[in-house]
Amino acid sequence: MLELIDVSLKRDNKEILDKINLKLDEEKFYVITGPNGSGKSSLAKIIMGIEKPTEGKIIFNGIDITDKSITERSKLGISFAFQQPVNFKGLTVYDLLEIAIDKEITKKEACDILSKVGMCALNYIDREVNTTLSGGELKRIEIATVIAKNPKLAIFDEPEAGIDLWSFQNLISVFKQLEKDNKGITLVISHQEKILNIADQIILLENGKIKKIGSKNVMLDIILKKESCCKEVNICE
Amino acid sequence: MNKDILANIIDNDIKKVDAYNIRENGKSVAWKNNPYINIIPKKDGQGIDVYVKENTLFGIVDIPVIITDSGLKEVVYNDFYIGKNANIIIVSGCGIHNNGKHESIHDGIHRFFLEENSKVKYIEKHYGDGTGKKKFNPITEINMQKGSSMIMETSQIKGVDNTIRITKATLLDDTTLTINEKLLTNSNQSAKTDFEINLDGYNASCHVTSRSVATDNSYQEFKSNIVGNNKSFAHVACDAIIKDKASVKAIPEIYANDIDANLIHEAAIGKIAGAQLIKLMSLGLTSSEAEETIIKGFLK
Repeated sequence: MLELIDVSLKRDNKEILDKINLKLDEEKFYVITGPNGSGKSSLAKIIMGIEKPTEGKIIFNGIDITDKSITERSKLGISFAFQQPVNFKGLTVYDLLEIAIDKEITKKEACDILSKVGMCALNYIDREVNTTLSGGELKRIEIATVIAKNPKLAIFDEPEAGIDLWSFQNLISVFKQLEKDNKGITLVISHQEKILNIADQIILLENGKIKKIGSKNVMLDIILKKESCCKEVNICE
Repeated sequence: MNKDILANIIDNDIKKVDAYNIRENGKSVAWKNNPYINIIPKKDGQGIDVYVKENTLFGIVDIPVIITDSGLKEVVYNDFYIGKNANIIIVSGCGIHNNGKHESIHDGIHRFFLEENSKVKYIEKHYGDGTGKKKFNPITEINMQKGSSMIMETSQIKGVDNTIRITKATLLDDTTLTINEKLLTNSNQSAKTDFEINLDGYNASCHVTSRSVATDNSYQEFKSNIVGNNKSFAHVACDAIIKDKASVKAIPEIYANDIDANLIHEAAIGKIAGAQLIKLMSLGLTSSEAEETIIKGFLK
């Protein structure tokens, strides 16, 4: 279980996150959504240790990880897919998967992981992870590095960002499968209704605060109503 | 023969190749020829002539140089004559072990003459160990006749105090020259690379990729001058990672002398991106393991 207790983040005297309290359970698929600038990505980065909270505590499976490094959190089973996948000159897809699994793997094992994200693996394993790959391909490789770790907590920061419609459809299938298979906690930051639709629980974040948490059916109703209200009157509150 | 040094400069099994010449401490200590590849020592002993017959297919020649006598300074002239349609791999390289107080220097001057439609892959590795000073100053001259192609791979990973590498090439019609350079300097080392390539022929093309890492107080300089005198193509990519107090200078020069010359030079120098470190740390590596992995991959 992941527990956030009064987690706050201040940057340049601005409250990015304000006393976030949250409990996430195993085998559940959570989606954090909310307007741009609501603090979603910051929250995900704080859980991975990329950003440090100014206040509060993070407890993961009974261990206080607030002061633990990214590496230590990774070794405890937390994994993170970046919104903008990172390019590496010289490192191949195979290299990244091997680092993620932390042992020597056969090309077949690497291929099996890539197939999980819908990639025709043999065409990719020896490719460098750089801009010769499309946005959709890089995104799927990024997700593959997270799945490869078989994490206890998998965080995906806006997996739909920067990919074309065709890749997006594939991505939805990947997440649907993940929802079925994953024994740990899945936490996805997303704006997309199709991803929200996979969630067990949706967390709505606004102005650095949790506005509401609830089941998919209840939350989708609220969020979609809100969107249509915004379109009609051009104000949100 | 110093087998440890040999293993650091030659990847293949030298006894199994078609022809070889091992030079150790200023003289030839072992050699082998075959009916297609003939290695002839120069009369003054300062180098070899390598003749590859026309239509020789998949020949492999090793010509390593080993220096273990501290203070040895040598200039070696090696000429390669590659016959029409021949296809050959030449594995060169020099290793210096110097634990003495005198400076050891190897200046290898290599000239390649590629006849029509011949193909050469030339691999050259520099290796140095020991506390004494070590210098390499290689000069490579490449002359390419119609339809020939050459791949030149050079690497120098630490261990060498000072290097000035000069590569000159003249390309005639339908020729392709590919150069891949890998370089890592540390301590107070200095390495300069200078390419001068003339694309004289119709459809001549060259691709130069330099990847280097400069650490500690080391200095690197990358200079390339590509001249397109005909309908031709060139792509030069110089990528450098810089660390600590090291410095890297890239001097690009491309000169199009024909309206159909298409010449591109890209150069990027910078430290390791923070996002790369964070990504690898999120996969379980420590910060220093992540850095090592990035550099190893970059120079792979």
